[in-house]
Amino acid sequence: MATFIDRYPFEAKVVRYTFAVSFLFLALGAIGGMIQALHRTGYLRFIGDITDGSYYTVLTSHGVFLVIFFTVFFLVGIFTWAVTKELDRELGNPRLTKYWVTSMTVGAILTSVAIIGGFSDSVPMSADVLFTFYAPMGAHVLFYLGLTIFITGSWVAGYDWFKTWWDWKKENEGKRIPLMTFMVLTTMLMWYLGTIGVAVEVLFFLIPFSLGLVSEVNPLLTRTLFWFFGHMVVYFWLMPVYLLWYNVLPKLAGGRLFSDPLARVVFILFLLLSVPVGIHHQYVDPGIPEGFKFMMMTNTMFLLLPSLLTAFTVVASIEHGARQRGGTGYFGWLRTLPWGNPAFSGMALAGLMFAAGGFSGMINAGMNINYLVHNTFWVPGHFHLTVGTAVALTFMAGTYWLLPQITGKRLAAKKAAAVQPFLWFVGMTFMSNAMHRAGLFGMPRRTSEPQYEGFDYEPAFGTVAEIDAQVVGGGILLTLSTFLFLYVVVRTWMGTRVSADGGDEIIDDEIPPALSGPEDSPRVLDNLKLWTAIAILLVILAYALPIAHIASQGLYEGSEYFPMLLEVLTA
Amino acid sequence: MEIHKYEKAWLVGALVLIVFFISTVAYVTAVTGVDMVDESGGTIHPDDVSDDERFGDPRVEQVGENEFEVYMVALQFIFRPDPVEVPEGSEVTFYITSDNVVHGYQIVGTNVNTMVIPGQIAEITVEFDEAGEYGVLCNEYCGIGHADMEGKVIVHPEDEWEEMQGGDD
Repeated sequence: MATFIDRYPFEAKVVRYTFAVSFLFLALGAIGGMIQALHRTGYLRFIGDITDGSYYTVLTSHGVFLVIFFTVFFLVGIFTWAVTKELDRELGNPRLTKYWVTSMTVGAILTSVAIIGGFSDSVPMSADVLFTFYAPMGAHVLFYLGLTIFITGSWVAGYDWFKTWWDWKKENEGKRIPLMTFMVLTTMLMWYLGTIGVAVEVLFFLIPFSLGLVSEVNPLLTRTLFWFFGHMVVYFWLMPVYLLWYNVLPKLAGGRLFSDPLARVVFILFLLLSVPVGIHHQYVDPGIPEGFKFMMMTNTMFLLLPSLLTAFTVVASIEHGARQRGGTGYFGWLRTLPWGNPAFSGMALAGLMFAAGGFSGMINAGMNINYLVHNTFWVPGHFHLTVGTAVALTFMAGTYWLLPQITGKRLAAKKAAAVQPFLWFVGMTFMSNAMHRAGLFGMPRRTSEPQYEGFDYEPAFGTVAEIDAQVVGGGILLTLSTFLFLYVVVRTWMGTRVSADGGDEIIDDEIPPALSGPEDSPRVLDNLKLWTAIAILLVILAYALPIAHIASQGLYEGSEYFPMLLEVLTA
Repeated sequence: MEIHKYEKAWLVGALVLIVFFISTVAYVTAVTGVDMVDESGGTIHPDDVSDDERFGDPRVEQVGENEFEVYMVALQFIFRPDPVEVPEGSEVTFYITSDNVVHGYQIVGTNVNTMVIPGQIAEITVEFDEAGEYGVLCNEYCGIGHADMEGKVIVHPEDEWEEMQGGDD
């Protein structure tokens, strides 16, 4: 049977392209991560000393390249694959598709150029403002323009998938929205809602600010708008992962998805709750009343629910798969799982680490205990388990399964691929655990040299040197693992094409239906208008008062522009 | 909609866990009195900081028998005043603002941790029950000298503090 590339050559090309861009940013981001691990710990410092600022150029690129460009380019690829494959139809309008692909690419290039300009004093451009770009620190206007063009491209991509679904619906009256498409559509609705915050921040405040059209902005307001977007975006990274965990992982384990209805409920909960929680990133911000913080904390805790439900469904589906393969006993079935298949092992290990990341996330979410860990090394320890493993490793594992479908080529370097997820798991265990521990005794995040003159850290157990060694050692393993992954991708890409008629060389792309299908669930779950309306209502309830409170202190009043560029030049 | 019995049990368990988490925080906030940094410190325009009665002259001020107030400005890349010196057993309220970019104020190894945002005054009250020297650092990226931005809180034993006060007379 012909696979994706044979049936949808244009869409396959789109997916190949977005994956290629995604992996290019993964490579650049990984190199940045390695440099940071070596520099922070003092093992090797070659990017300039404390007065140079290059560390923050690296840190900005590590953040933006990985959590914006690597993740979102992968997302648009996999969503294109999911909608096309599941609805069994081409994207309706190739010109529209080309538009968003181009727009996202141009945006990513502009922003990257602005960031990389920070390495050279002779380039009058820099954007050493980190992923959160808090005003009044300013980047070159190209940084913001690039992000704007990139995000509007992603909006059009969403429209492209919606349009494809609308066309499908006309020919399939009364049918339930197929599950992967349902996931794509709810995720994009969430994205439209959440990106409003950053769009307002960038278009009305930061771009005019960086061009000198307004002389001041209210830094608390722009921060708050950032986090309106900034927590939703973590689910935007995670939703393609859930798509793979729900639809592909059970099958890789040898079984089927446990429950289709519950998967729908989970995605609806994310649509409803992922935005009205952003202030939990601002628990220790002055100027925001405690009541608002408590309200957002309550929403945040309820956001645990969809992930806890996912944990159940995914584990149940895997266990079902294992028992189909002859697994028995309470835990004995774990042995029968295909651990040698990197697509399976990568996703399963990513899921395991996500559980650990979930636990440290619950700590961050508690607004009182957050005092202890806010802006410490604990926080990147946490999100290297979530976005840094649950997302990154699942994307890699998914690639092992998807790449043959979009290239028509067999997965190459299978032994390297089989080792890669385990290498990542071990590396991240060392690095993340050490980061968490360092945060507990107060070592800060986002700094080039967390060694101070006036005091020494007091670890509850172990030593700072031992923690540094784990960060560097873990970082080396993670970098190796990343390049092993890229090696497998390149080798596969350069392989020979399997003929379309296949013979015995069939490329596996089948996704079996769920044990409990959509017919078991009420149709109201598919009422996207209703859920969107409720989501908007919840956002208004949660955010209207805090934003009004902060905005009443002045929209264009508060702080003058601090271009990071100026500092580099005068240093 | 058919939900498997294990699935139901898990769902109920998850909800119980969530409500438990929320109630623990509600309890400590309402009963034991953990305060959040909030709007109580008020606002100040960054341009007004240097002429302000409190922040124009950053200082530690004794306002009661064991009560102190600290008016602090976070700059690129120092805290003023530094060090902050208080006696053991004192209750110290920090008012911290910034006249340039966002900074952080964290007393290392404790839960004293706040953002310092231009335009806002962070108010945070700390009880220093144990004498000793505490390290302070800026935990928000604030420019190239960020890693150099540190300070100190020195909590003096009572007799030492009295001696110091005596010496001033």
